[in-house]
Amino acid sequence: MSLQRFILRRLLLVIPILFGVSVITFGLVHLSPSDPISLIHGANPDMTQDELDRIIARYGFDQPVYIQYIDWITSVMVGDFGEEFATGRPAADLIWRRLPPTIALGIFGWVFAIVIAVPTGVYAAVRKDKLGDHVSRVIALSGISIPNFWLGLLLILFGALIIGLWPVVAPRSPLYSPDMLWYLILPGITIGTASSAIMMRIMRSAMAEEMNKDYVTTARAKGLPERTVVLKHVLRNSLISVVTVAAFLTAGILAGSVVVEVVFNWPGLGRELVDAVIAREVNIILVITLFTGVALVLANLLADIAYAMLDPRIRY
Amino acid sequence: MATERGRIQISGFDSTRVEEREPISGWVEDTGTETVGRYQRAFARFRRNRIALLGVATVITMALVALFSYPTQVFGITIQPFHLAPFSPTETGFLNPDMGGRYERISWTHPMGTDRDARDIFSRWLIGGRYSVSIGFIVVGITSVVGIIYGSISGYYGGWIDELMMRILDVIFAFPGLVLALVIVAMLGGGYWQLVLAFSLFGWAGYARLIRGEILKVKENEYVLAAKALGARDRKVIFRHIVPNAITPVIVQASLAVGTVVIGVAALGFLGIGFDPGTPEWGTMLDATLDTLITGPEGSIPWWATFFPGAGIFMFVMAMNLVGDGLNDALNAQEDVAVTPGGGG
Repeated sequence: MSLQRFILRRLLLVIPILFGVSVITFGLVHLSPSDPISLIHGANPDMTQDELDRIIARYGFDQPVYIQYIDWITSVMVGDFGEEFATGRPAADLIWRRLPPTIALGIFGWVFAIVIAVPTGVYAAVRKDKLGDHVSRVIALSGISIPNFWLGLLLILFGALIIGLWPVVAPRSPLYSPDMLWYLILPGITIGTASSAIMMRIMRSAMAEEMNKDYVTTARAKGLPERTVVLKHVLRNSLISVVTVAAFLTAGILAGSVVVEVVFNWPGLGRELVDAVIAREVNIILVITLFTGVALVLANLLADIAYAMLDPRIRY
Repeated sequence: MATERGRIQISGFDSTRVEEREPISGWVEDTGTETVGRYQRAFARFRRNRIALLGVATVITMALVALFSYPTQVFGITIQPFHLAPFSPTETGFLNPDMGGRYERISWTHPMGTDRDARDIFSRWLIGGRYSVSIGFIVVGITSVVGIIYGSISGYYGGWIDELMMRILDVIFAFPGLVLALVIVAMLGGGYWQLVLAFSLFGWAGYARLIRGEILKVKENEYVLAAKALGARDRKVIFRHIVPNAITPVIVQASLAVGTVVIGVAALGFLGIGFDPGTPEWGTMLDATLDTLITGPEGSIPWWATFFPGAGIFMFVMAMNLVGDGLNDALNAQEDVAVTPGGGG
């Protein structure tokens, strides 16, 4: 299959998956044993039956679930995600307001993960089964095992309260100001640690596998210095494996943002989702969950295409 | 070890490479020793791995401590009378003046200090493993079985069945597990069985994809064809002949997933939606909706209230991952030998 046909096929495959994503999102929110109207009534006990009836008619709560789904998906198609119950503001606005901080945090996490993982992975593969490899393995296992909310609390405890290098709460400055970027270092480390540990292990095994290939023996036989063999020949071929896990790690960072944004009180999508869950803002939960799903489907798509372009042997 | 002469390496004559063989190969050593099954060999290798054994010991100790820390009652009948914890997990110093006030420092009475409600953190820490750890094992049990069944059907039948079943998995993989669990708990409310459901409902997808890949390889073997030729039913071919030969990566995955679920449960507890506030669960003890860290009385920093609950999660998950890593080494050792003959510089 040529590259163009592969990409086309992969793009077409996205359509049924996006449909499934919307079904799961909608289905989950309707998993609730209590119907939305009694929730609204519970939150505002002095509403009259007449007012409740009007809400039922307005949101179509009396319709069967599949009709409600069709109503919802058709309005989503034209960009109408419903409104926040408490304020009446459109739910979609919230995404655009809360997305930039989450992206900034995600980029910090990504950069931290790559900066730590690639050199350590290379080092561990070169020193395979020696002390350095074992030490890096234990560190990677700790990185996977440490709960990110606890790591975040410990970083605040040491970085902000004991050493005092960072402010305890996020400064009230624009997102791209220097003190904001400085503040982002701690949450970035928190969100990137687990991804970094996983990426490091994948890097190590990919490197170790490449080191056994014939072209490495050839390069050595030519008399190339070991440093050139590792950094120019092996590393380039191993970096492909980082691309394959990129989408998977994006999922990790998105899930991490839910917890880390709460720890650092960071005004992103993750914290908004938690707030919406506590306040039972169904439309907000819907729009953030749907957004997460669509973002990950697209990340997977990009990773697959990038992988196919980098490695001509791969065609599905 | 390969014999080295200058830069040229001679490999392939290593006696270590043929010490362990698959029993089906029919290879018999000259001395006539019996070949042993793969799980016996894996077990023997696992037993030599001290770090993995340390992990097993830690997991068992923490589980036993959680079990015996405080008496268990089922329908009012005490089925577990032991009481290791010095205080009741809900007992507070506000009602019992002997216990001291809130945020007491570490002392002999309170080895981990007291929390903001003047409760003994040590007692709560001991019992804290009950929730997340047992949920972790239950969820992994449910999800691995469902995943194995789903993945085997998909991989064995192939064709459009496989295509359809895999596209359903793609949809599930479009969401991070924690986000799904968060939304499910949001809709069902917190609580023990709600959390089990939240992590089980979609948690099987990873196992399904993993075992499907293995089954695609295993089903090409001649013994599968032989079993079919002898008239064995599909169900029997799948679950007696194919799955046992494809299951080792699932075992490793399952052992590592316990830790993931434990962290997930604790994270929902931390977000304040997993359990009722005040539940002695490691994550809930760090509850973000109440201020744990920053506000101590008179500007003090009660680090112990933050440190110990998280350390409990970390210790358990680390131990579980050491076990999983050891299982991985023990079960894959055969392949490792095949993959790294000779070795690089």
